[in-house]
Amino acid sequence: MTTPSHAPSHPHYHINGKRPGVDWAATIKDAGLAAFVALLLTVPLVGLRTVDRPTGLGIEARPEEVIASLVLVFLGRLGLGLIRQGMALPVLILALACAGVGLVLPMPTQVLRLVLVLGGGVIALRAAMTVATGRSKLSQADRDKRMDRFAAKVQHASRYIGPVAVAFAAVLPLTPLADRMILDIGILLLTYIMLGWGLNIVVGLAGLLDLGYVAFYAVGAYSYALLAHYFGLSFWVCLPLAGVLAACSGVLLGFPVLRLRGDYFAIVTLGFGEIIRIILVNWYQFTGGPNGISGIPRPSFFGIADFSRTPAEGMAAFHELFGLEFSPLHRIVFLYYLILALALVVNLFTLRVRKLPLGRAWEALREDDIACASLGINRTNMKLAAFAIAAMFGGFAGSFFATRQGFISPESFTFIESAIILAIVVLGGMGSQIGVVVATLLVIGLPEAFRELADYRMLAFGAGMVVIMLWRPRGLLAHRDPTILLHGGKKKPVPAGAAK
Amino acid sequence: MSAATMNTEKPLLSVEHLTMRFGGLVANNDVSFEARAGEITALIGPNGAGKTTLFNCVTGFYTPTVGRLTLRHPQGKEFLLERMPGYRIAQLAGVARTFQNIRLFGGMSVLENLIVAQHNKLMRASGFAIAGLLGLPGFRKAEHEAVELAKYWLDRVRLTEFADWEAGNLPYGAQRRLEIARAMCTEPVLLCLDEPAAGLNPRESGELAEILTFIRDVQTPQGHRTGVLLIEHDMSVVMRISDHVVVLDYGRKISDGTPGHVKNDPAVIRAYLGEDEDEALPPEVAADLNLAQKGA
Ligand SMILES: Nc1ncnc2c1ncn2[C@@H]1O[C@H](COP(=O)(O)OP(=O)(O)OP(=O)(O)O)[C@@H](O)[C@H]1O
Ligand SMILES: [Mg+2]
Repeated sequence: MTTPSHAPSHPHYHINGKRPGVDWAATIKDAGLAAFVALLLTVPLVGLRTVDRPTGLGIEARPEEVIASLVLVFLGRLGLGLIRQGMALPVLILALACAGVGLVLPMPTQVLRLVLVLGGGVIALRAAMTVATGRSKLSQADRDKRMDRFAAKVQHASRYIGPVAVAFAAVLPLTPLADRMILDIGILLLTYIMLGWGLNIVVGLAGLLDLGYVAFYAVGAYSYALLAHYFGLSFWVCLPLAGVLAACSGVLLGFPVLRLRGDYFAIVTLGFGEIIRIILVNWYQFTGGPNGISGIPRPSFFGIADFSRTPAEGMAAFHELFGLEFSPLHRIVFLYYLILALALVVNLFTLRVRKLPLGRAWEALREDDIACASLGINRTNMKLAAFAIAAMFGGFAGSFFATRQGFISPESFTFIESAIILAIVVLGGMGSQIGVVVATLLVIGLPEAFRELADYRMLAFGAGMVVIMLWRPRGLLAHRDPTILLHGGKKKPVPAGAAK
Repeated sequence: MSAATMNTEKPLLSVEHLTMRFGGLVANNDVSFEARAGEITALIGPNGAGKTTLFNCVTGFYTPTVGRLTLRHPQGKEFLLERMPGYRIAQLAGVARTFQNIRLFGGMSVLENLIVAQHNKLMRASGFAIAGLLGLPGFRKAEHEAVELAKYWLDRVRLTEFADWEAGNLPYGAQRRLEIARAMCTEPVLLCLDEPAAGLNPRESGELAEILTFIRDVQTPQGHRTGVLLIEHDMSVVMRISDHVVVLDYGRKISDGTPGHVKNDPAVIRAYLGEDEDEALPPEVAADLNLAQKGA
C-alpha cells in the first residue's frame, strides 16, 4: 500500500502548538486508494463463497461483507492519516464512539459489529498512543525498543503473574462460574498451552524449526487408544507408555534428520508429520483407518474409582466414594485438573532445565552450533534430547486428548494442528513461557469466543500473523533473562540494544 | 636451528605432511611443523594461504586429505586428531579455538557464554540433567566452581563488570576477548586463535598481547602450560610475542623458525612483497634481502 506523500508540504506534524492544517484532499485520496486495494483483495477472498447445493457446488456473493470491510479500511486509513496530521484527539473520540456503538446497539450482522468494535478499538489505541506520546509515528526501532521494555516488564512480573494465574486456573472449577462450556474451553486452552510449551523446547530453546510436532501428538493418542483397544490397558498405565513411545519416535525421526540445517530440517519434519498421518489412514486393519478408533476408555480416578453412575465390576463409583451427589461434571473437572497438572509439569521442566547445562547447551545451539562444536558439545545428542523430550510431552498430551474425546481419527492430526501450535510459539515470542499462554488465549481463545464468525477464522488468523511479522518479528513477548547473574540484583542487566 | 626446535621435550602438537584438498584446490600442501606447550606458535601468510584451513583440520572441522596430527598431553597421552570427530577434539584432546569472524552466543549473557564452555564437566555433575532436575546438591557445587573459573577468566580479560550483559551487545574488542576467555574456560592444553587482533585498535592489540603472554606463561591448575597457536596478520603483535613462527604461502610452508629468523628469510619477503624481482622492491627491503642472501 502507498504511504501518503506528505513530506514536502509538512515536514513535521506537530501535535500540540501550531498545526499546519489538514490536507483533506490528499488524505481522502489516500484512504480511497487503500479502500480500492482492499476491494481487489476482498472480492475474491471474502465476497465469494462456495455453497453446497443439491445440484452441485455453487457460488454465492456476499456484498455486505465486502462493503463492511471497505468502509472499515477507508475509515481506518482516514483515521490514521488524520492522526498523523495532528487530529489525534478527535479521531480518538470518534473511534471510541464507534467501538461503543458496535458493542451496545443491535447490529444487522455479526460482521458489522466486529468491524466496528475491532476497527474502532485499533484506531482508538493508535490515537491514544499518539495523544499520550505526542508523536505521530514511531520508527521500527522505537517500536521494537518499547515492545522489548514491555516484554521485559512482563517477564519480571511473571514471577507474580505466574502463580496467580495457576491459582486462578486451580480454583476455577470450584467457582460457580464453571459450567460445562467454560470447563471445555479451559481444557482446550490448556491442551494447546501444553503443546505450545512442549514445542517451545524444540523451537524456542534448541532453535530447531519443527513443522511436524503434531506427529508426536498423534503417536501419543494412538498409543493409548491401541494399547487400550488391543490389551485393555488402563489410562494410567498407558500415559507413561505413550510418552515413551512418542519419545522413541522422536529419536527415530531425529537420528537421520538432525544433521540437516534450517529449512531442510523444517521440510523433513513436515514430511514426517504427514507420513504418520498417512500411515494412520492407510493401515486400516490396525488403526481403523479414516474411521478412527472409538470407545476409548475414559480415565478413572487414579485407578481407584470410576466417574460413571454405575461403574464396572470391582470398581467404586467416584461420587459414592466421596459421598457426593452424582454429576457428569465430575469427570470434566477431573480432566481439567489432569491437563492442568500435565501442562504445569512441562512448564516446570522447562523452567528448571534452562538453568541446567542441558538447557544452556540448547540455547547455545540455537545461537551458534559451530561454536558449540568447538567447545566440545555433542550437538547430535543435545538435539536428540530436545527432540525426544518435546516428543514425550507431545505424547502425554496426545493420550490425554484420546481419553478426553473417547474417539480419535487421523482427521485430528493434520498439518494445520502443527501450524497452529507453531504459531502459538512464534507469536508468543520464541522461548517465552508466558508468551505461549498469551498467544494461546489469542489464537485459540478468540476464535472460540467468536464462534459465529467461523468463516473468517483462517482469514483473521493469517492477517494476525502478517501483522505480527511486520510489527514484532520476534514474537509478542520475546525477552530473555540470563539464567545466572554474577552481580545478582545489584546491577541490572543491560537491556538489548543499550550498548553501542 | 632456532631456539624453539632445539627444545628436547616432545612437542605438544606435531603436524606431519598435512595436505587438504578441496576438489582441485590444494589449500594445504604437505605442511609439517610442531608447536610446544608454554610457547606461542604464530602461523602467518598472505590472504588465502591456508591458515584457517589448517586450523580447521587441527580442530576437527575438516578431515585432512593426507597427513597426521598428533597431540601429546603433558601426562603422556597421545591423540591422533585427524581420526577424531570435531567435538571430541575439544572434549577429550583439549583443543580450544576462536574464529576469524567472532562466533559468540550473542543472545546469551557473557557469564552464560563462559558456563556453556564448561558444558561437559557440568553435564556430568548434573547427572545428565536428571540429578539436576531433581535438585541434587552435587550440581550446585559444580556450578559454583564453574562460576569461579568464569570469574577468573573474566577478570583476566577485564570483562567482569560486563558479566551480565548480552554478549552480542559488547563492543567489538570486548567480544574478541570474551571469545578467548570462553575458549580458556574449556581448560585446553592447546589454544588456537584465528586472527584475534583483527579489527582492534593499537591499544586493544597491546592488551591482547598481554593476555596471550599471560596464557602462555601461567601454570594451569593441572600443572601444565598451555600452548598457543596464533594466526595473525598484525606483524607488530606477531614479532613481539611469538616464540616460533611458521609461514605459509599458497598452502605450502615456506619458512619456520624464530621471529628474527623468519623476518629476514628471503622466501618470506618474496611471498609478502610479490614475485617480481628487485626493481619492484623498495630500496631498503632490497638491501635487506641482499644482505640476508649473502648471509645464508
Ligand atoms: N570449505 C572450503 N571449500 C573450498 N575451498 C575452501 C574451503 N575453505 C577454504 N577454501 C579455500 O582454501 C584456500 C585457503 O583458505 P583459508 O581460509 O585457509 O585462507 P587463510 O590463510 O585463512 O586466509 P585469510 O588470511 O584471508 O583468512 C582459499 O583459496 C579458500 O578459498
Ligand atoms: Mg583465515
